[in-house]
Amino acid sequence: MKLRALQWAVARAVMQPLTRSERMQRKAPGGGRMSAYASRYIKPNDGLTSFERLEIYNRQYWFRVLGSLAEDFPGLRAVLGGRRFEATCKAYLTECPSRSFTLRNLGAQMETWLRQNPRWTSGRRVLALDMVRLEWADIEAFDGQANAPLRVDDLRDADAAKLQLGIQPYVQLLELHYPVDDLLLEVKHTSDTPDRASNAVHERRKHSKARAVAKLEPAQIFLAVHRLDFSVYFRRIEPEEFVLLNALRSGKTVERAIELAFRRSSIPAAGRAAFVQHSFQTWAALGWFCLPEGNAGGKKVRGERA
Amino acid sequence: MPGNRFNGFTNYGIGIGLRALHYDHILSRKPVVDWFEIISENFMIDGGRPLHILDQILEQYKVVQHGVSMYFGSAEKPNCEHLRRLKQLVKRTNTPWLSDHLCWGSVDGRYTHDLLPMPYTFEAAKLTAQKIRDVRDFLEVPIAVENVSSYAEYHASEMSEWEFLNEVVERADCGILLDVNNIYVSSRNHNFDPLTYINSVPADRVAQIHIAGHSKFQKYILDTHDHPVIDPVWKLYDRAIQRAGHTATLLEWDDSIPSFQEVHREALKANRFLAGKSLAVAV
Repeated sequence: MKLRALQWAVARAVMQPLTRSERMQRKAPGGGRMSAYASRYIKPNDGLTSFERLEIYNRQYWFRVLGSLAEDFPGLRAVLGGRRFEATCKAYLTECPSRSFTLRNLGAQMETWLRQNPRWTSGRRVLALDMVRLEWADIEAFDGQANAPLRVDDLRDADAAKLQLGIQPYVQLLELHYPVDDLLLEVKHTSDTPDRASNAVHERRKHSKARAVAKLEPAQIFLAVHRLDFSVYFRRIEPEEFVLLNALRSGKTVERAIELAFRRSSIPAAGRAAFVQHSFQTWAALGWFCLPEGNAGGKKVRGERA
Repeated sequence: MPGNRFNGFTNYGIGIGLRALHYDHILSRKPVVDWFEIISENFMIDGGRPLHILDQILEQYKVVQHGVSMYFGSAEKPNCEHLRRLKQLVKRTNTPWLSDHLCWGSVDGRYTHDLLPMPYTFEAAKLTAQKIRDVRDFLEVPIAVENVSSYAEYHASEMSEWEFLNEVVERADCGILLDVNNIYVSSRNHNFDPLTYINSVPADRVAQIHIAGHSKFQKYILDTHDHPVIDPVWKLYDRAIQRAGHTATLLEWDDSIPSFQEVHREALKANRFLAGKSLAVAV
């Protein structure tokens, strides 16, 4: 038998979902009995049948990938509840198996997949999507690229009217419908609390998470997920800041970005200059500015092309 | 013999796996450790804390890269993005050799993230060897392949595991990362004599040795890396060292990880066997 055909057949069995009792299914991929399917490829030994030997790998696969998603999406788990979260992850992984060499990217398609498959989040769709976006932003902010921060020298001789600034790639900008940042911090805090007690404590935590989800009221928030000294932070920002940062990131000039930021703003005209100055000072202090995309190796900040 | 061409002619001693749980201890206490092995994939990222920590470790310690997802035995070409990122990391660490497993784990670009056993066929040996050569040529660093622990064997196999290993490394002209715990685990799961395996390995190709603990279940043994090394594995290690000489040795401890000191103490037990074994003599 050719290597590719053998590996394809074994991989299909290994990646087939487990039963509810976390055993290998009796039915083989494509139909037929799994015991016959396994016997076709795997030798039995004194203690284990072909089915049992293949099952070791089938279980290892699911325990590993489900464990990885549970680690990456504790907030979504809190929103959906443990049982529903696991069912959702199984469905997701069945349709979107890993296509990356690293488990870090396992949840990369989760938001898109949940949007296409709303039944998994029914009743909490918006909240669940907000949480997934935040948790993926958390991952991206943790190990995303950092360009050299912008220096004063980089601005020398820049034409103010055409000035463009880059935003660090690791800064993730989110517009959300629920204050999921608070919820995720609470979930992470309770998960991080040293587990040194009994089931009673575990139950209390579970109820506390459920209560936190239940009492969460919708509220539009704008968030910058960023890192400072290699730790990730969730920073609430104003809608004007959100628009301005996105405009800068998309390559607009500073002048144009400011215009866009205040197009629907309720900030009085008299206060806008101070607002912009304060915002830019804060972002500079946080190291969010860098050279614009495509000019990372250049020496000067570029002007926008007409 | 100060190393061989498969480990960059280095003479590394006893190392341990670099794990996040121990970062603080290592960076604040600066313990004396011969070298650290890193899991390449954990550092094939764009930025952030992991790379910052790695750079600090590199300032003070020797580091060797060990991969878990190159899948030399998968019947598909290596992932270009994987290779690109791995090469970036090789440049960063200056690893004298690079290891990954003699296994497969992906099909048509879908990853199982497991170390699946190879069918021991000549077709598989040829394909695997070519892939090892291709990766080595791209990365420009010596490659050592690690024997995996396994729980299944294929009807399609045409030879024993050690014969397959020899076939691959001879064809690829690469090194071996000999995992003596994996040999023990597989010998129990497949009912063969582990010493036959150890004695069959070309000693002059052994670039590095892995030792680890495992978990025993009712009908099989699982390679869990969550226990100290058991005596029968130390005996296999002793035999491997008799044959290969003083070889870079690394203790793997990946689950239920104890304190740094405990892990290091366990690794240093290898000194009992390494003492006086300065020459590689193929026996």
